[in-house]
Amino acid sequence: MIETRNLTFSYPNEGDVRGTEALHEVNLRIETGSFTAILGHNGSGKSTLAKHFNAVLLPSGGSVLVEGMDTADETLLMEIRRRVGMVFQNPDNQIVANVVEEDVAFAPENLGVPTEEIRRRVDDALAAVGMGEYVRHAPHLLSGGQKQRLAIAGVLAMEPRYIVLDEATAMLDPVGRRDVMSAIRRLNRERGITAVLITHHMDEAAQADRVVVMNEGTVAMDGTPREIFDRVEELHRIGLASPDTVELLYELRRGGMELPPDAITVEECAAAIAAALKSERK
Amino acid sequence: MLKDITLGQYFPGDTPVHRLDPRTKIICVVLYIVALFCAKWFVSYGVIIAVLTLCVCLSRVPLRALSRGLRPVYIIVAFTALMNLFFTAGEPVSDLPVLRYISQTGVYTALFMVLRIVLLITGTFLLTYTTSPIALTDALDQLLAPLKKLRVPVHELTLMMSLALRFIPTLIEETDKIMSAQKARGADFESGNLIRRAKALIPILVPLFVSAFRRADELATAMECRCYHGGEGRTALYVLRYRAADYAVLASFVLLAAGQIVLGRLGW
Repeated sequence: MIETRNLTFSYPNEGDVRGTEALHEVNLRIETGSFTAILGHNGSGKSTLAKHFNAVLLPSGGSVLVEGMDTADETLLMEIRRRVGMVFQNPDNQIVANVVEEDVAFAPENLGVPTEEIRRRVDDALAAVGMGEYVRHAPHLLSGGQKQRLAIAGVLAMEPRYIVLDEATAMLDPVGRRDVMSAIRRLNRERGITAVLITHHMDEAAQADRVVVMNEGTVAMDGTPREIFDRVEELHRIGLASPDTVELLYELRRGGMELPPDAITVEECAAAIAAALKSERK
Repeated sequence: MLKDITLGQYFPGDTPVHRLDPRTKIICVVLYIVALFCAKWFVSYGVIIAVLTLCVCLSRVPLRALSRGLRPVYIIVAFTALMNLFFTAGEPVSDLPVLRYISQTGVYTALFMVLRIVLLITGTFLLTYTTSPIALTDALDQLLAPLKKLRVPVHELTLMMSLALRFIPTLIEETDKIMSAQKARGADFESGNLIRRAKALIPILVPLFVSAFRRADELATAMECRCYHGGEGRTALYVLRYRAADYAVLASFVLLAAGQIVLGRLGW
């Protein structure tokens, strides 16, 4: 479990002792094995929050506990980072080696894992993200989605319990995004790795078990995707939109049709509209 | 346009030369250079040429590639040859108008200088042609390890080398993008004199540097997130191991260098 207690963080600001507050009194628990999406528009503090989960940033106030370990304790730093893997937005800037397998081996090499065990972890991590056939490829020749899956494999080789994806799909094309999302879902479901997805794509957040909406450095909403996307007006107020399907149902409901509020997938939405049309005809 | 640049001209292959431990190859090149600089006369140069020919044949590196490697130094070779030819003191070759200025020793010095440069470059290029850049940095990391006692940051230096190699294609791509973006806004890189063209590069270099710094910052964070904490206690996916062949080759090259020193003393 990752837990934040009254987490406050200010970016240092020149000429201002207090700095700019990016997070204010955030209390959040990320349960082990869950798949949480953290939503918010630019400047809402969602990335700043994510960077606290593996001690890239340290709290200005309050604390962050990873399985009971305080991220402010420097002696625990390596153990926290090993348990909480982090994948960033730009895949090019997190790949360190010229060959795919060497890149995946980077983290276990840093951890001093024996050679045979590194081999096993590299092959296992690449297979887990569906990149097994690219073991000896040069990373710069891969597509964006492949590079990002390689970055995930690089983190997986640490055998972490949590993976935090900080806008990891933001720079990808639709195909790359789909591949990365399905890799994350599989890791969460099959290996029980706790996934935290920082995103501003509603359809990605819809795939999580839980959605946390950040606004101006605080948690604005917290619940299942259905509960959250139902609150269409509230989302609009803080500059976010529900997934297209929910928006469509919302507009139709305002237009007087009788529709359920919580059909997130395209299929559910289509079925709901078809049913409503049928009952209206009667 | 920039994509055509090939760097680290590695020719993948599975020949006896490719299979040698990269550390063996580096040491052999050093011994080879020692041997080359001890060579004085036809006999010793003949030995060097024979050794190099054997290595080239075994490595199956195309001769075209080797001569391409020599292309940038043609001018230097020609210049050295001419300088040695005309400015070495000694008995003139003949009394004819131009030949009066050429001494016999000059002819030999020029010939040997040219041979020396060509053999030096071909020999070292053979190393980069048959060894991947990663293998080279790994080998350097281990060969230079004793310098760590003198507080030379060997691990950091070799890491920098391999990161530089890793980011060359990325930065070339980026340069291409920036150039296209500047061209779209009317920048002109192809006309004007040298100074004008050099000035036209500034709007490319500035954004390139800014982005390189940003990349470096992000890369450092990503590396820390993957538990990087310096070279201490690191293990490796591939451990370099000397095999019997490596010892044999090393011994032969030690012999070569020693032999050349003797031959040099004898003036052969």
